[in-house]
Amino acid sequence: MLHPAPRWLDAGEAALVVEFGDSVDPTINARVLALDAALRAAPIEGIVEMVPTYRSLMIHYEPLALSRSALMAHAQGLLRTSAAPGSPDRRSRSGGIDAPMRLWTVPCCYEPPLAEDITAAGEVLSLSSERLAELHAGALYRAYMYGFAPGWCYLGGLPAALALPRRAAPRGPTPWGAVLIGGGLSLICAAPMPTGWYVIGRTPERLFALDRDPPFLFEAGDAIRFEPVGRAAFARLEERAGRGAIVSRLMTESMA
Amino acid sequence: MSVALRIRSAGPGVTVQDAGRPGYLRYGVTPAGPMDAGALAAANLALGSAAGAAAIEASLGGLELEAEGGVIGLAVAGGAFDLRLDGAPLPSACRLALAPGAVFSIRAGPSGAWCYVAVAGRLDLPLALGSLATHARSGLGGLSGRGLAAGDRLAVAELREPPSCLSAIEAPWLALSAAPIRVIPGPQHDRFTEAALRAFVETDWRLSPRSDRMAYRLEGPPLVHSAGHDIVSDGVALGAIQVPGDGAPLVLMADRQPTGGYPKIANVIGADIGLLAQKRPGESFAFVSVSIEEAVALRRARAETIAAGLSMRPLAPELTAEFLLAANLIGGVADATQE
Repeated sequence: MLHPAPRWLDAGEAALVVEFGDSVDPTINARVLALDAALRAAPIEGIVEMVPTYRSLMIHYEPLALSRSALMAHAQGLLRTSAAPGSPDRRSRSGGIDAPMRLWTVPCCYEPPLAEDITAAGEVLSLSSERLAELHAGALYRAYMYGFAPGWCYLGGLPAALALPRRAAPRGPTPWGAVLIGGGLSLICAAPMPTGWYVIGRTPERLFALDRDPPFLFEAGDAIRFEPVGRAAFARLEERAGRGAIVSRLMTESMA
Repeated sequence: MSVALRIRSAGPGVTVQDAGRPGYLRYGVTPAGPMDAGALAAANLALGSAAGAAAIEASLGGLELEAEGGVIGLAVAGGAFDLRLDGAPLPSACRLALAPGAVFSIRAGPSGAWCYVAVAGRLDLPLALGSLATHARSGLGGLSGRGLAAGDRLAVAELREPPSCLSAIEAPWLALSAAPIRVIPGPQHDRFTEAALRAFVETDWRLSPRSDRMAYRLEGPPLVHSAGHDIVSDGVALGAIQVPGDGAPLVLMADRQPTGGYPKIANVIGADIGLLAQKRPGESFAFVSVSIEEAVALRRARAETIAAGLSMRPLAPELTAEFLLAANLIGGVADATQE
């Protein structure tokens, strides 16, 4: 639920949380990202960094350089001029007022053995592997937030037919690039990790590569689409990604 | 041969840390950095380095170092550790010269959990996302993204003149205290029962042995949530006190994840993070709630104390001579006494 007005919560004396709601919801997340973008466009001395999440923006600040009241007044001013929550054309956008909308087309192989859990997930969902892959690749996702580990980016927009509970017991570590579904979300694995999510595909793309510029591929708010590729294409793209190339396609639409 | 510190032995959890890795929380990157930033600052300031320069963070498992290729100036500060140079005891916060052939050792002392070894030079390691802070879980920073182990060699670049004598470091902010740890109410304190909020400040909490750089786990009565223990993830600040479903609070420390999904009952104030970090498993302490204005005033007072600097007390001449001998700086005499 979207709060009638944002809540301002202290997380210690050096972090202020602007909470817009209490659920995973594109409308709430758009408000979070709009304030994040506005603060990035109009920075003030004393803000250290911002962390956008599904439903809130955490503003880390140095209270000896910027008082809580001055920070709050600045953010409130930006909310008044930038958020325009009633405006449908703004609400449909993923980024902030000055951010261009970015759409990534990310290659994904949905074939076993790379899609190692696709059959198991299909059984839980009563879907064939082919239908599951078609539904996953047919949806448009939004990068809601990063969390958990470097490059772990939670994607909203999973079709309802693919929503399934996480496993009761975690599966073994997922490989780099595993494309996962769990709860109502999708995720690309940026570091091998045991997880309760299902591996339904694998992308050759690296969401986080220390030696690449930029090291992180997605910004919160980016739109993402998966493009099915066969195993031969996967191997080719993986080889290129290993040499530091970005193998996804980026389309940028200016919001003029 | 280039100058380096060689690790003769290292307990678990010895890492290279600088002030931390800001700017990437939004990409899921843990900030890491020192458990006790004031102690890191003291070690660095004693050598005229920037307060947040990279140093070695050691813990209760201890550490033994030797110098290779030249005399290296060191400064050590933190809890009350047992420091020795070739077996001779040193003050727990001190500045010394480590000559090749001598062994500098750190062992757990009467109190405190973390200490920092700063070098009069620069640890010559590659920056990862702008920082040398080690986050072992994600393999970032420090030496190959991991903790230090016996046999590791840390090259020292831009080596500066070592101190001419052994000195004790006197920095008022290093004093440990049994006073309650000060907190301000957390962003989800309204998700706990009245009884839980009361128990939180009335309990003598015990630090669990299952504590590490990521979180300090507390033992005491379970804290009961009034509206479930799952929240939609939001940001996590240093010192956030999260309460998962089992009701046992976790204080999130340097290696915390940038976001989390459990209600946060309170947040340790910045001025007291180091004090909490220096508690050992089994130690008991209480929390006391303060206002955000008090938290800012305490933060300012602490910053001013650190800005006022520390003082160095050269040790008595006879002691100094003994340490110089031990450090092999008076080569001929030392050789004579050893034979």
